Amino acid sequence: MLGKLTWRDIPLDQPIPLAAGASVVLLICGVLIWVWARGYIPYLWREWITSVDHKRIGIMYCLLGLVMLLRGFLDAVMMRSQQALAFHGAGYLPPEHYDQIFSAHGTIMIFFVAMPLVIGLMNFAVPLQLGVRDVAFPTLNSVGFWLTAVGALLVNLSLVVGEFARTGWLPYPPLSELTYSPGVGVDYYLWAIQISGIGTLMTGINLVTTILKMRAPGMSYMRMPIFCWTSLASSLLIVAAFPVLTASLAMLLLDRYLDFHFFTNAAGGNAMMFMNLIWAWGHPEVYILVLPAFGVYSEVVATFSGKPLFGYRSMVIATMAICILSFTVWLHHFFTMGAGADVNGFFGIASMLIAIPTGVKIYNWLFTMYGGRVRFSSPMLWAIGFMVTFVIGGMTGVLLAVPPADFVLHNSLFLVAHFHNTIIGGVVFGVFAGYTFWFPKAFGFTLDERLGKAAFWCWFVGFYVAFVPLYVVGLEGMTRRMQHYDRPEWHPWLLVAALGALIILCGIALQAAQLAISIRSRERRRDPTGDPWDGRTLEWATPSPPPVFNFAVLPNVTDEESYWSVKQQAREQMRLVTPEPHYEHIEMPRNSPVGFVTAFLATLTGFSLIWHIWWLVVLGLACAYVTFVVFAWRDVAEFEIPADEVARIDRANREARAEYLRELPR
Amino acid sequence: MSTEALRAPPAGAHAPPLVTGHGAGGPAPKRIIVGYGFWIFLLSDVIMFSSFFAAYAVLFKNTAGGPTAQQLFDLQNTAVETGCLLASTFTCGMASLAVGERNQKWTQLALLATGLFGLAFITLEVREFVSLVARGAGPSRSAFLSSFFTLVGCHGVHVTAGLLWLGTMMAQFYAKGFRQDVRHRFLCFSLFWHALDIIWVGIFSLVYLVGTLPPELLP
Repeated sequence: MLGKLTWRDIPLDQPIPLAAGASVVLLICGVLIWVWARGYIPYLWREWITSVDHKRIGIMYCLLGLVMLLRGFLDAVMMRSQQALAFHGAGYLPPEHYDQIFSAHGTIMIFFVAMPLVIGLMNFAVPLQLGVRDVAFPTLNSVGFWLTAVGALLVNLSLVVGEFARTGWLPYPPLSELTYSPGVGVDYYLWAIQISGIGTLMTGINLVTTILKMRAPGMSYMRMPIFCWTSLASSLLIVAAFPVLTASLAMLLLDRYLDFHFFTNAAGGNAMMFMNLIWAWGHPEVYILVLPAFGVYSEVVATFSGKPLFGYRSMVIATMAICILSFTVWLHHFFTMGAGADVNGFFGIASMLIAIPTGVKIYNWLFTMYGGRVRFSSPMLWAIGFMVTFVIGGMTGVLLAVPPADFVLHNSLFLVAHFHNTIIGGVVFGVFAGYTFWFPKAFGFTLDERLGKAAFWCWFVGFYVAFVPLYVVGLEGMTRRMQHYDRPEWHPWLLVAALGALIILCGIALQAAQLAISIRSRERRRDPTGDPWDGRTLEWATPSPPPVFNFAVLPNVTDEESYWSVKQQAREQMRLVTPEPHYEHIEMPRNSPVGFVTAFLATLTGFSLIWHIWWLVVLGLACAYVTFVVFAWRDVAEFEIPADEVARIDRANREARAEYLRELPR
Repeated sequence: MSTEALRAPPAGAHAPPLVTGHGAGGPAPKRIIVGYGFWIFLLSDVIMFSSFFAAYAVLFKNTAGGPTAQQLFDLQNTAVETGCLLASTFTCGMASLAVGERNQKWTQLALLATGLFGLAFITLEVREFVSLVARGAGPSRSAFLSSFFTLVGCHGVHVTAGLLWLGTMMAQFYAKGFRQDVRHRFLCFSLFWHALDIIWVGIFSLVYLVGTLPPELLP
């Protein structure tokens, strides 16, 4: 009846996962009871859970990413403290638990923190920047989000029911094959990633279609904001790379479930094929994450320097060059696995080539700041912190791209320090810059700057304190994923690294405080203008938060900085330059519970696949089909916002902006 | 009349939207957006198949002492399968024409024929798989057979899903008529069905034809 699932799979004898799991369950129940008691459930259902509004979905993606950041960071703190304590001893985490923690940390941070945050920002900002009302497929967007959430849920479920993978964030065979990993850990990993991967693919398709086929009149490719360009590059990479991930994980699933022999040692399987396939996805994946972050920095640097982005065209070319080059470097992840000197040479050079377009970008940002009137608000601090940090991460990357050097450094903590250097310094800083930058647009009030800056400095300093020691011990020969060690020269460095993790923890605490305090004092922080940073792109032309239809009338774009030029004219003439448009009713897509229902069924099906509860698998899939048919049967897909309502909202926005112009010093 | 005068918009008309090329004329119509998005999905699907093709190519010779492609594949059966699938593509094209003419009877008939040809294809494929397994040449026998069953089976799963979709489309045309959103959906379905045909051409050529070459011709 319940497949492999028995009471023994609840880890009642292991205090740490049990306590962690129990506290998460208690927290979720507490939140649910609080929401129910305050009567928020109808509101949440109507306005968020069933919403197909790209802004709401973007915000929910970011929320998912931030919550999972806490979980992933907790894993990081455990690893750092384990390595600080496990000198000449066993530490406090038994090996099989430690292995689960580093696997979960990597999986969560990439798939359920970085991806949701980046996709959330793209979802929120891209349609606004393009000057359109929504993405191409709003309901699909909702389904994509909810499938990502299912993946996150399954990974967390493994805390309390069964176990998680012990195979690292990429389950290399033959270790991940049934012979060596007979438990459900790898299955949790595989199904969580398969389900959320489908969601990510949907979002990629959606964004590509939106950017290529839905832009405001006059917005030619060379007038798109740079964040849209980087989102396009990232979404194209999603479309091109995620199917490879799906295929390679499907092969591993077939090996594990149906006794196939893709990657097994026996019967002619080829484990190296897994490395090749998974990294053919894995390397583009790092650009899927970092390119949108580059876009955020471009917007932030231009806005806070009060200048147009330097070298817009070269930025576009550099972005697309990275997009293509990212598919030519995957083998540098396993130089030591016997490809031979010529092949290694090719991939080494290709990897180094990526530094060129990235360097172009760095110089573009520097030259944008040069001669500008730079405002050091917190988004700008993240951007400057990024430039310093990422250059170091990039240089250690070029070092690792030299095959002979890689033979010495591979699998060491030097590598771990390198990719944290680029992912924290590149992606995480970028996401926080974007979060602070667009928060007032999303909610209509600004975040507390003092706490924001303090959080930045904790993250910035904490990053260096945590990861420079890892470079050092890596050079001293310490391999990654060690549960204990007995080399005295490593120990002080690992103590310093643990201190760094604590400093970052302070940064996270400050961010939580920033959010809480800003929400409490939101009335004081209201931004009536909708343009708190003196922005340059179209999202700042809308009120904050933007109405569901974004734009009462689609804007007519006449140059690269679509909003800035209109605003400058208005400032010079001290009045609004665009006459009041003729308002017409607007049709918007109706809310739909399909995303949520799909998520429920995907959870059920995923869970029963993990535990071999076959009848439930069949039932889940059948219900999913019924759901799609019911959705396809709907007769009314849109609702109408009357012209009066559109006029009321837009006139208020115009009045706020006229007010601002009247108050300009004459 | 000078060319300048020809270009000027007639008095009183709305100024034409500023068109600078590269799709700068505002959001595309719904039909274009739906079709375009579905094309992007198909591209991603093709990439997934290409991973399975690559795996098949890598594992082709890893028969682990078991039967080889040369010993297993039956071109006659495959030829009939191919015929069924090509015929179903033809009838699917006929259905597109009938939808264009808003002709319920011919739409339903053409879709029914498409479904029957598809069903025949799947039946033949399942029969082939069953007979392979019965001969001890199931997917667990060798890496080569694992990759063969996965590649061809993945196409089969796609066709099966397509049949479910096709049945739903027939019901929708019957219940909802030729409404715009149903026609958009049908556009996607026909793109899907034709794409499966293209992938089958790849499978037929690279798996079955190459597999039955005399060993001395194989690379």
